[in-house]
Amino acid sequence: MNYLTEALAWIADPANQSGPNGILARLAEHLLYTLIATGGAALLAIPIGYAIGHTGRGSGLVVGATGAARALPTLGVLTLIALLAGIGIGAPLIALGVLAAPSILAGAYSGVQAVEPSTVDAARAIGMSEWQVLWRVEIPLGLPQLIGGLRSAVLQVMATATLVAYVGGGGLGRFLFLGLKTQDYPQMLAASLLVVALAVVCEGLFEVSVRVSLARKAARSRSPQLIGG
Amino acid sequence: MLKRILALLAAGAVTLGLSACGSADPVGSSSTQTPGTTGSLVIGSQQYYSNEIIAELYAQALEADGYQVTREYQIGQREVYLPEMAAGRIDLLPEYNGNLLQFYDKQTTARTPAEVTAALADVLPAGLRPLDMAEATDQDSYTVTRATADEYGLVEIGDLANLPQPVKIGANSEFATRPYGIPGLRDVYGVEGVVFPIEDSGSALTVKALVDGDVQVADIYTASPAIEINNLVSLADPKALILPQNIVPIVSDAVDAQAADVINAVTAELGMADLIAMNTRSVNEQLSSSQIATDWLRAKGLL
Repeated sequence: MNYLTEALAWIADPANQSGPNGILARLAEHLLYTLIATGGAALLAIPIGYAIGHTGRGSGLVVGATGAARALPTLGVLTLIALLAGIGIGAPLIALGVLAAPSILAGAYSGVQAVEPSTVDAARAIGMSEWQVLWRVEIPLGLPQLIGGLRSAVLQVMATATLVAYVGGGGLGRFLFLGLKTQDYPQMLAASLLVVALAVVCEGLFEVSVRVSLARKAARSRSPQLIGG
Repeated sequence: MLKRILALLAAGAVTLGLSACGSADPVGSSSTQTPGTTGSLVIGSQQYYSNEIIAELYAQALEADGYQVTREYQIGQREVYLPEMAAGRIDLLPEYNGNLLQFYDKQTTARTPAEVTAALADVLPAGLRPLDMAEATDQDSYTVTRATADEYGLVEIGDLANLPQPVKIGANSEFATRPYGIPGLRDVYGVEGVVFPIEDSGSALTVKALVDGDVQVADIYTASPAIEINNLVSLADPKALILPQNIVPIVSDAVDAQAADVINAVTAELGMADLIAMNTRSVNEQLSSSQIATDWLRAKGLL
């Protein structure tokens, strides 16, 4: 229990909070790494997920690839990329992107897949092009699944972004590694608590956005009935 | 609390290790058993391939002398295995004299290998003692590429003052605060340094950063095969900034005089070149620690 109070005291100490090595700077770096890695992965994974979901081709690939990619140890991927590409924050960001991509891909794909075939047929029947079907029907209706995928990707990346510090970067991992190596366990625990707090805040933000998107989906699926009735 | 969790994890790992090793043939030493000696010893190692090779040297030499040996290799940190040793659950573990001394006495002023080993005997918990230390040492070093050494005429650590200051050093993050790191570099040699943190303890990534020129200096352990493979230069340390890390087996009271003789005979043969050669075989040829140990002990006539 006294580790916990020491860790909280460490966080509360103003000397640890500001400056280039302070908690605030490290928190900002940590968030930035998470955004870059998840954003980069999303740019790649969402179009692929939509393409597969819409055409129905290559869905076996998604299942296989996401399963395999989830089993990859991120530290191993990071080391491999760093040995090939050199030291710096590039390698950890790519490794985190690899970690994030499967969840986002699965979210995009399953969102489109989950739309009722009759709804899609109806959209085609009223003369929508394939692009319009995807853009105006499948993507909006699949939004909750996509957000769910992004949500788990962000949380995974946020929890793993401590590894950026392994090869020279910053983020909350700096405190974690320094605490571990110098047997400063309060500092180590403090870093873990900060990661957890950050994750909880993000989880809350996602919860709100999921509710909003579900409410919009409900509104959308009600409107045709009103017209029909 | 955290320590207890770590200890539990280690205990779990040890159990796994035991069950995994149970079926392995310990190099068929039964034919050399001496009647009358039925001592049973538990040998541990750190989570470091080179340390496991050394532990295996002692294990096979003791087996050849008729001792029953249980292997509990790859136990992580000192916080975990030293209490286990003090409690009598591990009887022998190869250690590094400088770091072990600093673990117990952060303020130590001992600097030479002999001073450090002598000081160790005083700080170890009751029931544990160091045996003879080896010539082989696996210590931190300020290492540069051959090209950098030639360009700036670098021979010893103090010559780093020839480089643009501050010198960028690739090392674990604790290098920034340790006495042999940035503070010592400034106080002892008058060289300004800044750490570029790479947390793999001088392994592949640190070497990569040095070879790529991301850093000018790297902290690489002197027994690392990477130094020879990449034609690197470890700078001399005439002012003894870096604590020596000679290999010294730490043993419990279960190790009797006869076993101690066997262990010391192995240690006496363990020179710097021997350690590097064995580490190189492990890294390059991917051989098991038991194979490397058997070959070396045979070559030295100890098996």
